[in-house]
Amino acid sequence: MRPTDLTLAQGLDALERREISSLELTDAFLDAIERLNPRLNAYITVTAEAAREAARASDARRAKGEAGPLEGIPLGIKDLFCTEGVRTTAASRILGPFVPPYESTVTANLKRDGAVFLGKLNMDEFAMGSSNLTSAFGPVENPWSRANDPSKRLVPGGSSGGSAAAVAARLAMGATATDTGGSIRQPAAFCGIAGIKPTYGRCSRWGIVAFASSLDQAGPVARTVEDNAILLSSMAGHDPKDSTSANLPVPDFRAAVARGVKGLRIGVPEEYRLPGMPAEIEALWEQGLAWLREAGAETVPISLPHTKYALPTYYVVAPAEASSNLARYDGVRFGLRENGADLKDLYERTRARGFGAEVRRRIMIGTYVLSAGYYDAYYLKAQKVRALIRRDFEEAWAQCDAIVTPATPSAAFAMDEKQDDPVTMYLNDVFTVTANLAGLPGLAVPAGLDAQGLPLGLQVIGRAFDEETVFAVGGAIERAAGFDAKPGIMA
Amino acid sequence: MSYTIQGETGPWEVVIGLEVHAQVLSKAKLFSGAATAFGAEPNSQVSFVDAGFPGMLPVINEECIAQAVRTGLGLNAEIHLWSRFDRKNYFYADLPQGYQISQYAHPIVGRGAVEITLADGTTKTIGITRLHLEQDAGKSLHDQHPTKSFIDLNRSGVALMEIVSEPDMRSPEEAGAYLAKLRQIMRYLGTCDGNMDEGSMRADVNVSVRRPGEGYRTRCEVKNVNSVKFVMQAVEAEARRQIEVWESGGTVEQETRLFDVARGVTRSMRSKEDAHDYRYFPDPDLPPLVLEQSWVNQLRASLPELPDQRRARYIAMGLTPYDAHVLTIERETAAFFEEVARGRDAKLAANWVTGEYFAALNRLKRSVTDSPVSAKHLGELLDLITDGTLSGKLAKEVFEAMLEADEPPGAIVEKRGLRQVTDAGAIEAAVEAVLAANADKVAEYRAGKDKLFGFFVGQTMKAMAGKGNPALVNEVLKAKLG
Repeated sequence: MRPTDLTLAQGLDALERREISSLELTDAFLDAIERLNPRLNAYITVTAEAAREAARASDARRAKGEAGPLEGIPLGIKDLFCTEGVRTTAASRILGPFVPPYESTVTANLKRDGAVFLGKLNMDEFAMGSSNLTSAFGPVENPWSRANDPSKRLVPGGSSGGSAAAVAARLAMGATATDTGGSIRQPAAFCGIAGIKPTYGRCSRWGIVAFASSLDQAGPVARTVEDNAILLSSMAGHDPKDSTSANLPVPDFRAAVARGVKGLRIGVPEEYRLPGMPAEIEALWEQGLAWLREAGAETVPISLPHTKYALPTYYVVAPAEASSNLARYDGVRFGLRENGADLKDLYERTRARGFGAEVRRRIMIGTYVLSAGYYDAYYLKAQKVRALIRRDFEEAWAQCDAIVTPATPSAAFAMDEKQDDPVTMYLNDVFTVTANLAGLPGLAVPAGLDAQGLPLGLQVIGRAFDEETVFAVGGAIERAAGFDAKPGIMA
Repeated sequence: MSYTIQGETGPWEVVIGLEVHAQVLSKAKLFSGAATAFGAEPNSQVSFVDAGFPGMLPVINEECIAQAVRTGLGLNAEIHLWSRFDRKNYFYADLPQGYQISQYAHPIVGRGAVEITLADGTTKTIGITRLHLEQDAGKSLHDQHPTKSFIDLNRSGVALMEIVSEPDMRSPEEAGAYLAKLRQIMRYLGTCDGNMDEGSMRADVNVSVRRPGEGYRTRCEVKNVNSVKFVMQAVEAEARRQIEVWESGGTVEQETRLFDVARGVTRSMRSKEDAHDYRYFPDPDLPPLVLEQSWVNQLRASLPELPDQRRARYIAMGLTPYDAHVLTIERETAAFFEEVARGRDAKLAANWVTGEYFAALNRLKRSVTDSPVSAKHLGELLDLITDGTLSGKLAKEVFEAMLEADEPPGAIVEKRGLRQVTDAGAIEAAVEAVLAANADKVAEYRAGKDKLFGFFVGQTMKAMAGKGNPALVNEVLKAKLG
C-alpha cells in the first residue's frame, strides 16, 4: 500500500510501528502535491521545506518517546486559518502578501499534538461559495469525474473545496476546514470523504479569518469517520481568547465511532424531502436509514417545520455579519492597498480591486439588511426565525437522538453549471444551513455513488455538544456502506 | 431667578444635556490585554485585536466592567444585570475593525441622578439617562506630513464610559457644575482619573433654546469639549447663535458642531443629512454580559465614601456647608483634612485647612498631593494652640516656618523660643512697665477714652516679643487699669 493511501489512523499505526517515518510520509505527500496540484489547484501555498523540517522534528520526538496524538501526520490547512510566518490569503486578493504574526488556536492545537503542515488549501474567497469558483487563486478541480463525460471538470464544492479535493486525491492525510452554512459537509460529500462541523463553540475561532461569526465553526475533513474523530479531538477545546468557545471537556471522539447505534432513535425530518429531489438521493437516504435499522436503531419521522425558512434566514444573517467582519480590509494597516485621491477613494479602490464579485455581493446584501429602515424587516426577522429553527430541533430531540438527512441535494456539478444565478448556487446549502443556524454538530459521510459514479453523502445531525452520538451514527453508516470507490485523479 | 438670555424679542431659556465620555481607569483595554498609559510612543500599546487583524477576537476585561458598575452605583443608577455589546459600523482610518464595539440597545447602567451645588448654595438634581461601555478609536495625526495622515492606535480599544444625562440643565453654570460633579464622583470612586487635558474625559454638549414655558426646540450637538470652562463657554456661544437664528426668522437645523476655543464660537461639522447609518447590530463575537446580583452587591459594599456622603458627615461634625463643600471637592483634600482633624476639634481643623493652609498652597502654587506641610505636622500645630502653648498669632508664625522646612511644630517652637508666656507674674511685670511708661495715656483712658485699651495690649505684646498669652494680657490690663 502506498503511504498516501493510508488512512490517518493507519498512518499513526505505521508511524508507531516504525514502518515509516514522518519524513517519508511527508515526502510522499509532497511528491503527490507536486504531481497533481498543478491540475487540481487544491493548494494555494505549499510549504515543502517547513513540512520536511517539521517531519524531522516529529521523528525526533517520536524517537525520544514524546509522540503526541497526531505525531508526524501530514495535514493540509485551509487558507482561512492564520498560520504564523506562512502567508494567509482567505483566497482573496485583498489580503495581498499578508503573513500573520500569530497562529490560530486550532492549528496551534494540531501542532501541539505533533501534526505536520504541508501547506495552505484553496477555498472560496472568504469562505463564501459552494463551488470553490470564487477563489482569487483559481478554481479547484474535483478529483472525481462523471463516468459518461470524464473530461467535464467538476467542482469539489465549497467553501472548503481545496481541503476536500486534497484529501480525496491523497494530497493530505486530513485537512482543516470551516463550515458557515455547509462548507465542510457539502465539499466532503462532493469529494467522497467525511467531514464534521462540530457544535458551535467546540473549536476556537481565534485566528480564523471571520466570515459570519455566529455561524463559523472549524472542523476536520478526512477519508474516514474515525480520522475525523481523531482530528477533532486535537482541534477542539476551550480557548479563553474566544468568548464564544465552550468551556467543556473534549470527550474521546475516537472511541465513540465504534460505539454502535443499538437503541438509538434516528429522526427523519419530513421537510427535507424536497420537491424535485433526484431519486438517487432519495434512495440513498432510504438506504442509509435501512442500514441503521439493521444495526439496531429505530427510525422515527420528525418535523422541523421552519426548515423552509432556513436558507433565506441564513442569507440574511451571514451577509450581515460578513459586511461588518470584512470592514477591516480597508487598505490601511495590512494587505492590499490601492492608493487614492483621499481616504474614501483609497477605500473604494482597495475594496473594489481586492474583493471578488461574490464577496462584494454579500457585503452589499449585508449592508442593506442592517440599514436603518430595513433592519427590522430583514435582520431582526431573520434572528426571530433563527430562534424558531433552533426550537424546532430542541423539540425534535424529545423524539430522537440524531437526525439523518442527505448531505446535498445533488452530486458534484460541473464548473460551467449553476453559474447564471447566485440563488441556484445558494440551494446547495439547503440541507446543511440548519445545523449552523441552530449551532448543532453535523457530519457528512460518504454512502454511495450516483449513476455517473459520483459520490453522494449522508448527513448526521446531533444534539449540541453530542458529537459522540454523531460519530457513532456516522461510523455505523460508514461500516454498512463499505464505501471504497476512488476518484479518477489521485496519488 | 432662573437663567435666561435676553434676545431682541425677549428672554430665552437654555436647555442642555451632556454626553460625557470618561476613560475607564484600568491597566488594560476593554477587549484586549494591551496597556493604556497616557503619553506612550505612538503605536506602542497596540495588540493585534486593537489593530483589527484578521481572526482576532474581543474578550471582555472584567475590571472595566467592575469600574462601570462602580460608576453606576456612584451615580445612584440602576445596574442592568443583562447587557449587550453591539457593533457601530463606520469607516475611518483610525477605526481598525471598521466598527466600534459599544452598548447601543442594552447599556450596563440605566437611570440615575446626581445632585449639583451652585454658587448661591442651592442644589439641583440632574437625571442620568444611561451609562454604557464602548471602545475608543485610535487617533489620526494630520500634521506630521504634507500629504499623508498618520495613525496612532494607542487609544484604539481603550474602555470608555459614555454617561448620558437628561436635558435637565438650564444654564452654563449648571452644565459646568454637572461635569465637575461627574468628575468628582469618578475620582472618588477611582473609576476615571478625570484628566480632561489628557483626553480622559470629554463632553458632547446638546444645546437648544426655547421661550420660557415652551416645549423643546431643535437641538445641536457640540462635540468633544474638553474642559469645564469650555463646556460653559460652548453652551453660551451655541445658545446665542441659536437665538440669533430664531430671532432672524430662521430655523435651527439639527446638526453636529465643533467649539472653536480661540474664537469662542461653534461651527458646523456635519448636518443631519450627512449623518452615518451606523448599522448597529449585536456583536456576534461577544455573548450578552450577565452579572450576578451578589457580585454587584459586593462592589456596592466596597465603594468608598462619596462626596455627598462625606459632605453631610462634615456638616454633622460642625463644619459650615461651605467648608464642607470646599474640603470635599478633591478626595485628596478631604483625606488631608481628615488626618489633620483626627482626634481634634473639627471646626478648628477646617478653619486652618481652608484658611492658612489653602492660602499657602495658592501662594506657593502647590497642591495637596504636593503639600509643603504634612497633615501630621499641621495637626500637631493645632494641638499647640489647643493646649495654650501658642497663641493664634504665634501659631501663624510657626506655620510660616513649617512651610520653609516641614519640621514638627514643637521643634520649631523650642528652637525659636516662640512659646507663649502664660506666667501671670511676667505679664503683670510687663503691664506695669507699659503703664508706667505711658502715664499720660493711662490718664486719658481713665477719663473715658476706651479705645486706648488696644494701644496698651499692643505695647504689652510688643514688650513681650509677641509671646504673651492674649487672654491673660487682656485680663491683667483690665485689672490694672481699673
